[in-house]
Amino acid sequence: MGIETPNGFKLDNAGRRIVVDPVTRIEGHMRVEVNVDADNIIRNAVSTGTMWRGIEVILKGRDPRDAWAFTERICGVCTGTHALTSVRAVENALGINIPENANSIRNIMQLTLQVHDHLVHFYHLHALDWVDVVSALSADPKATSALAQSISDWPLSSPGYFRDLQGRLKKFVDSGQLGPFKNGYWGHAAYKLPPEANLMAVAHYLEALDFQKEIVKIHTVYGGKNPHPNWLVGGVPSPINVDGVGAVGAINMERLNLVSSIIDQAIAFTEQVYLPDLKAIGSFYKDWLHGGGLSSTSVMSYGDIPEHANDYTDASLKLPRGVILNGKLDEIYPIDLANPDEVQEFVTHSWYKYPDETKGLHPWDGITEPHFELGPNARGTKTNIEALDEAAKYSFIKSPRWKGHAVEVGPLARYVIGYAQGKAEFKEPVDKLLTDLGLPLTALFSTLGRTAARALECQWAARQLRYFQDKLVANIKAGDLSTANTDKWTPDTWPKEAKGVGFTEAPRGALGHWIRIKDGKIDNYQAVVPTTWNGSPRDPQGNIGAFEAALLDTPMADPEKPLEILRTLHSFDPCLACSTHVMSEDGQDMATVTVR
Amino acid sequence: MTVLVLGIGNILWADEGFGVRAVEAFHRLYAMADGVDLLDGGTQGLYLVNQVAEAERLLVFDAIDYGLPPGRLKVVTGDEVPKFTGAKKMSLHQTGFQEVLSAADLMDRYPQDIVLIGCQPLDLEDWGGPLTAPVAASIGPAIALAADILAGWGVAPVLRTAPLPPESGLLGNDIDRAAYERPRADAS
Repeated sequence: MGIETPNGFKLDNAGRRIVVDPVTRIEGHMRVEVNVDADNIIRNAVSTGTMWRGIEVILKGRDPRDAWAFTERICGVCTGTHALTSVRAVENALGINIPENANSIRNIMQLTLQVHDHLVHFYHLHALDWVDVVSALSADPKATSALAQSISDWPLSSPGYFRDLQGRLKKFVDSGQLGPFKNGYWGHAAYKLPPEANLMAVAHYLEALDFQKEIVKIHTVYGGKNPHPNWLVGGVPSPINVDGVGAVGAINMERLNLVSSIIDQAIAFTEQVYLPDLKAIGSFYKDWLHGGGLSSTSVMSYGDIPEHANDYTDASLKLPRGVILNGKLDEIYPIDLANPDEVQEFVTHSWYKYPDETKGLHPWDGITEPHFELGPNARGTKTNIEALDEAAKYSFIKSPRWKGHAVEVGPLARYVIGYAQGKAEFKEPVDKLLTDLGLPLTALFSTLGRTAARALECQWAARQLRYFQDKLVANIKAGDLSTANTDKWTPDTWPKEAKGVGFTEAPRGALGHWIRIKDGKIDNYQAVVPTTWNGSPRDPQGNIGAFEAALLDTPMADPEKPLEILRTLHSFDPCLACSTHVMSEDGQDMATVTVR
Repeated sequence: MTVLVLGIGNILWADEGFGVRAVEAFHRLYAMADGVDLLDGGTQGLYLVNQVAEAERLLVFDAIDYGLPPGRLKVVTGDEVPKFTGAKKMSLHQTGFQEVLSAADLMDRYPQDIVLIGCQPLDLEDWGGPLTAPVAASIGPAIALAADILAGWGVAPVLRTAPLPPESGLLGNDIDRAAYERPRADAS
């Protein structure tokens, strides 16, 4: 039966139902069900997170100054970005200002995460949706070398290098384990790269794996340790001792120089490996421009990376802030995260109970009361769901909406907003990439556009790292060594009741934490994470979220091997661990596909 | 020699936290020999590959669903570790950790020895909950096993005269085990 959603998408669930479960390559668990028509084109999409969350259950009654350490454990990937959002929420509630050095160091921590996460996502989680590893075995190393040298000056590009790499890959594949590559649909008709491009990409897969050990050293220097770096309400935990020689945790000249050299490497790797690869891969997929979903209509970014400490205005935030609705790129709405009528979470189609489910709740008033029941048209049982009933409750993810609108968040949303604002640092790289690939601006609104925006943002973040590192060093040299403000450290300086909101742009999109503090303890704490925005189920009006919208109208070469679905969902860099948690223990294979 | 003692898991999900809690307790009770690193790996997945690749010997604590009685410990070694974690319904991190091992292999930097000390969980769905009694009771024996294994590798840890105080432990800011698990009268 065909319907049109209020946000402008046509849905028809009459055709065959395809169930893909799970769809993430990393921790977390999500499932998608689609209906395809007689031509195997997706006409209905149902995205669900089959897991549960509610950090307030754990945080209630604890010390607000420790909340970051708990939120850092929600997710295995964006540990630091949750911690940063948390300390900002507490500082906002209590009116605590941080020193300039702390602002620069926090920006460096956050930008490091952007670079790290984007690299790992592209090479280790998403590239395999575009790159056929097995095809790389039949590449000619000489031709691979010629290809690599034609697109970049990166030194690791000799025929011998690719021959050795191919030998290692062959040995690995012949051993029968395939390891990180075991879940691919190798040989699928939707793979378009020649063997040489595949071999080059596999080589860079390994180089990126090696490089990540360097980039995380920045977290070790400024956060004291990694994984799970330290954070501090009021600033950053590591003191600056320029002439020090190894006091534990202190930032000295030697460590500042180490960070500086790693930033140089990050810029080089991004500009000489990641971007050329993105462009080379993109050039073979120019006719696969599906997956745009909400990106051409409704996108949102909270903004991040403040130029000046404690200034979270649009002018200070270097990552763009605002909302675009209904495709009107010339109108960017301001965001007020404290306004009860803006960000709201609905549960009409989520497995929770509200007193009145026609209304959404602002996160300060948020509640998380699980209520798991299948709709009348679901098939199977609660422990073995064969098909969901999307007319009823069907996900453990809530539906956040901005003034009632479903929006996409993430790198593409940030770039669309930055482009619409006419900011050269976002607009020019987009225009150049599209021109080089011979594509129109509309091509940006696609799965490939999402993947490209992430690569461009990685380069932007690497350059901003250089900017804030230089700013930090200059400020230290000018004699400012302050890294923390402890004026309001003790609870006796706090009001009896306070509430605050902290926000960041996590690698995968807008992240907000809302806190209520009462008598020095946490009274309520709600995190609305990027994958909740993108992966949300329908809302009371029937608007679909970003994942669901992006899957519509995509043709599938072979519904039993849903590479196209995985490609589009992976392009969002979904992280279900923080929006949800594993409830069932099965589903160890990447995707069990059921056609009904 | 470089030895890595790694605890993996999510402390927010009851027995899921076994690996991290084991490495935390190991650190409080024993001083490690030179060249032995202890790491609270959390749920970092592929991000742990470089630490693993740099280790010559690797000892891992994790919650593993062996289908045994709750709290039962089982040690798996060498080539059995990835194979074992490859079977269905074993560890919640297995996709992640199995990939970590494979990626280290592909990088040609696979540890020469790997030992996995797995503990059978009872409850993995108690959000914010403590280790269950049988799993908590297995922390001590798991550490004793680990001490023996390290001794066998020629890097025996030394029992501290007194356990380190919680504030000197691997996990701070109210997520050390005692603070995390304390009853909170004001929590509903």
